[in-house]
Amino acid sequence: MIVLALACVAVLLALSPLAIALAAQPRGSGLIYGASFIISLALCTIALIDLLAPARPVFSLVLPIGLPWLGAHFRIDALSAFFLAVVNFGGAAASLFALGYGRHEEEPARVLPFYPAYLAAMNIVVMAHDAFTFLVAWEFMSLASWALVVSHHRDVENIRAGYVYLLMASFGTLALLLAFGVLAGAGGHYDFDSIRATPLTPLLSGAVLLAALLGAGSKAGLVPLHAWLPLAHPAAPSHVSGLMSGVMTKVAVYGFVRIVFDLLGPPEWWWSIVLLAIGGPSATLGVLYALMQRDIKRVLAYSTIENIGIIFVGLGLALAFKAEGMAWVAALAFTAALLHVLNHAAFKSLLFFGAGSLLNATGERDMEKLGGLIHRMPQTAAAMLIGCVAISALPPFNGFVSEWLTFQAILLSPQLPSWGLKLIIPAVGGLLALAAALAAACFVKLYGISFLGRARSAAASEAKEVDAFSQVTLFALAAFCLVAGTLPGLFIDALAPVAKTMVGNSMPQQAGLQWLTIVPIAESRSSYNGLLLFAFVLLSGSIAALAIHRLASDRFRRAPAWDCGFPDPDPVIQYTASSFSQPIRRVFGSTIFAAREIGEMPPPGSNVPARFVVDMHDPIWEALYAPIGKAIGFATERINVLQFLTIRRYLTLVFVALIVLLVVLAL
Amino acid sequence: MRMIHDLVSQGAEMLLVLLLAPLLTGFVRKVKARLLRRQGPPLLQPYRDLVRLLRKDVVLAVNASWLFRAIPYIIFAGTWVAASLVPTFGSGLMFSWSADLIAIIALLGSARFFLALAGMDVGTAFGGIGSSREVMIASLAEPAILITVFAVAMIAGSTQLSTIAEFMGSSAVGLRVSLGMALVALIIVAIAENGRIPVDNPATHLELTMVHEAMVLEYSGRHLALIDLSSQLKLLLYLSMIACIFIPWGAAAPQATILSLAVGALTYMVKLTACALALAVFETSIAKMRVFRIPEFLGAALMLALLATLLRFVSGSL
Repeated sequence: MIVLALACVAVLLALSPLAIALAAQPRGSGLIYGASFIISLALCTIALIDLLAPARPVFSLVLPIGLPWLGAHFRIDALSAFFLAVVNFGGAAASLFALGYGRHEEEPARVLPFYPAYLAAMNIVVMAHDAFTFLVAWEFMSLASWALVVSHHRDVENIRAGYVYLLMASFGTLALLLAFGVLAGAGGHYDFDSIRATPLTPLLSGAVLLAALLGAGSKAGLVPLHAWLPLAHPAAPSHVSGLMSGVMTKVAVYGFVRIVFDLLGPPEWWWSIVLLAIGGPSATLGVLYALMQRDIKRVLAYSTIENIGIIFVGLGLALAFKAEGMAWVAALAFTAALLHVLNHAAFKSLLFFGAGSLLNATGERDMEKLGGLIHRMPQTAAAMLIGCVAISALPPFNGFVSEWLTFQAILLSPQLPSWGLKLIIPAVGGLLALAAALAAACFVKLYGISFLGRARSAAASEAKEVDAFSQVTLFALAAFCLVAGTLPGLFIDALAPVAKTMVGNSMPQQAGLQWLTIVPIAESRSSYNGLLLFAFVLLSGSIAALAIHRLASDRFRRAPAWDCGFPDPDPVIQYTASSFSQPIRRVFGSTIFAAREIGEMPPPGSNVPARFVVDMHDPIWEALYAPIGKAIGFATERINVLQFLTIRRYLTLVFVALIVLLVVLAL
Repeated sequence: MRMIHDLVSQGAEMLLVLLLAPLLTGFVRKVKARLLRRQGPPLLQPYRDLVRLLRKDVVLAVNASWLFRAIPYIIFAGTWVAASLVPTFGSGLMFSWSADLIAIIALLGSARFFLALAGMDVGTAFGGIGSSREVMIASLAEPAILITVFAVAMIAGSTQLSTIAEFMGSSAVGLRVSLGMALVALIIVAIAENGRIPVDNPATHLELTMVHEAMVLEYSGRHLALIDLSSQLKLLLYLSMIACIFIPWGAAAPQATILSLAVGALTYMVKLTACALALAVFETSIAKMRVFRIPEFLGAALMLALLATLLRFVSGSL
């Protein structure tokens, strides 16, 4: 199996140089994306066979490449198999979408060679089983995605995004390097088996946890390490944005889970507090940032931060319960987190691809120049609607199931003995609830402003529906959201082996339950049946429609909009993205973003135009990143003096340095 | 056989809430009118309004989309299903295991999501203002009710509404501070979610303060009837929910005899009447709030709910 998987990855790597040659050809992009699609599908199948096999053999392989005394270790255990499936599910969807979307690429030579390499790198990360291979693949993944971020390099914004991304990615890899360095210990055993076998002191393992949180967390986009994410994800071509948000953040989650749940040994009680204290605020802040945006892809990027926050809350709860020996609840929280990994990969890809379709059809990313697209692009609009409902965690779609499971785990947490946890978990629960409600507001805005209403620009009023490949991808992902929402039991059962290896227990088997209900603990405690709920809603809605049309009236006529008697034909009169979020900006933003509205109304008779400005600040950027940037700027200015010395001074400096070195050696 | 029995009794429950909801609204309106020394419309007026609306033609705005026409059915179906999953006169509901309290709230959230979209579909200024304010109110009301549910569920050890109702009816529950806070929070949320005074005025039009009415301004005929019926169902749902969690006495146990079912039905009517009376008195004795005072009102609910949950974490008996 693993040989097959690695062979697929090798083909992906080989596609890269091929793409350089093919990029100039008119059918080159189709060939590359088609091949990537087939290979991703194959890899996804391999991963699923591996995950679902009843007697799971663990495949491992050592290749004689990399460090001579180490080689490259690869292994597909349950955790790797799950993430391999997620990576290639997203990869296959992105490749299929790109078959249509990629044709509009103006400079395919800047995208095509890096795309298969990026996919390959993510695959290697989840299969790597030694620190060296892992880090090399991780860095390769970062660089390949960086190249894709700056592919539209003529835009100054994109170059800046690429710069910030490169800095943060290097910082993250450095943190992971330190984590693995501590894990490997003085002996320097870099393969994961030896790392697992050598226990660490509590102090050292705490240090590894923090380093892993910095390294993987910055890649995943946890607040306050998220600054690069809303810049870089939207800058890439849309299918790559979908991959970065939907899949690469999950590879980061994989890295974190691998280090903390697998390599680090039994958890300490305070680890979970760190995770919860970062995850909860990430969820709420992420979605609040998203609400303040008007660029559709940036909204989606910020909402990724929210979802990563939810995943880390689940992981934090799992750690808390694991540390207290309550493995069955830990399994519930862990399964909820992993299910959200899968769900988010599905709906975030769907939404980014939908945003890409909008971009293709209108050339606009600014929601305030869109509107009325449900008439011009009915298929895209229908699929996007499902994506928006799913990401808002509303039944009967999949986002609700994973949040519901997380809530069930929170409800069991009064049993935890630690006081720190007793105080922080209710607050985190509140933050998650707030995030869920704000997410719904955010996606009402996204959908309502860009798809409903009337067109706000010529581009939007002349938009054309996108090609068949894009539509098929959107509908396939939407169907997945519905299936995962109505039949969650199947997915929970598939995750059982992963939970078993990582937290020592798994959720009770769901497959045999009546009507495919899911029951996380006991039926008297809680149960949910998305299928039945969906059937009830569908049935009662259709009965109502049928009965009313039959018995009462089914006639309608068209007339101008009523609008309380004041209809205005100008589309400018509609609510815009900024005005839609104004009440929320006033409630939450005045404290968090120091949002101020400055309105200047000229006195009657004056010809000066009225002015309205919204002033907002990004607290994290200003409090954390700007000072660091300033400090570095200040230091480099000072050091820069060294560049303009006379030759005598240089000679003196060299002499002093020599003396100092000799003194140090002598001591 | 068991399945047919289940389906039939679930169907009866659905029919019951559907028939009862307009009556409840009529009753509240009547009491409010009497309190203002007006005659008020007859009790059965809401039914007549619904029938009249159902028979009329729909006038659609020129650029209304297919979504605009589908949304009334989606909202109605979602609210109806949610309402029929809340125990009314008996606590043992056949399909209550298909959705627990969190799922019921989320189902109402789905309905609201679509309602807010409907407000934006035609592209009028009033629709936008309604949707924008609705999501602002929801962004505070939804976490408040979820955390209230956390507090109640942690005390009862379950999120299943029928199990909670049974637990609350038993003597194990006792008098708890956290339950009192949860009750106040739930009442505040119920007022906000149903668009009652002081958050929104269900009887207003052409006012810059309206929320719900602004969103549904473009609806007419059968679509409007469905949306009105949905809001009536939602009011019934919230009153039933408060009754079944906080005044559970008298509700029939699962597999009850005819007699206890009759007692349950009778006490349910008494509870609904009492809640409706209280709502009418409250509404007539208070003025509507400015829109930006609502966050403070709902923030109080959020804090109370959070405090109730925290108390439960800190002490098992509070």
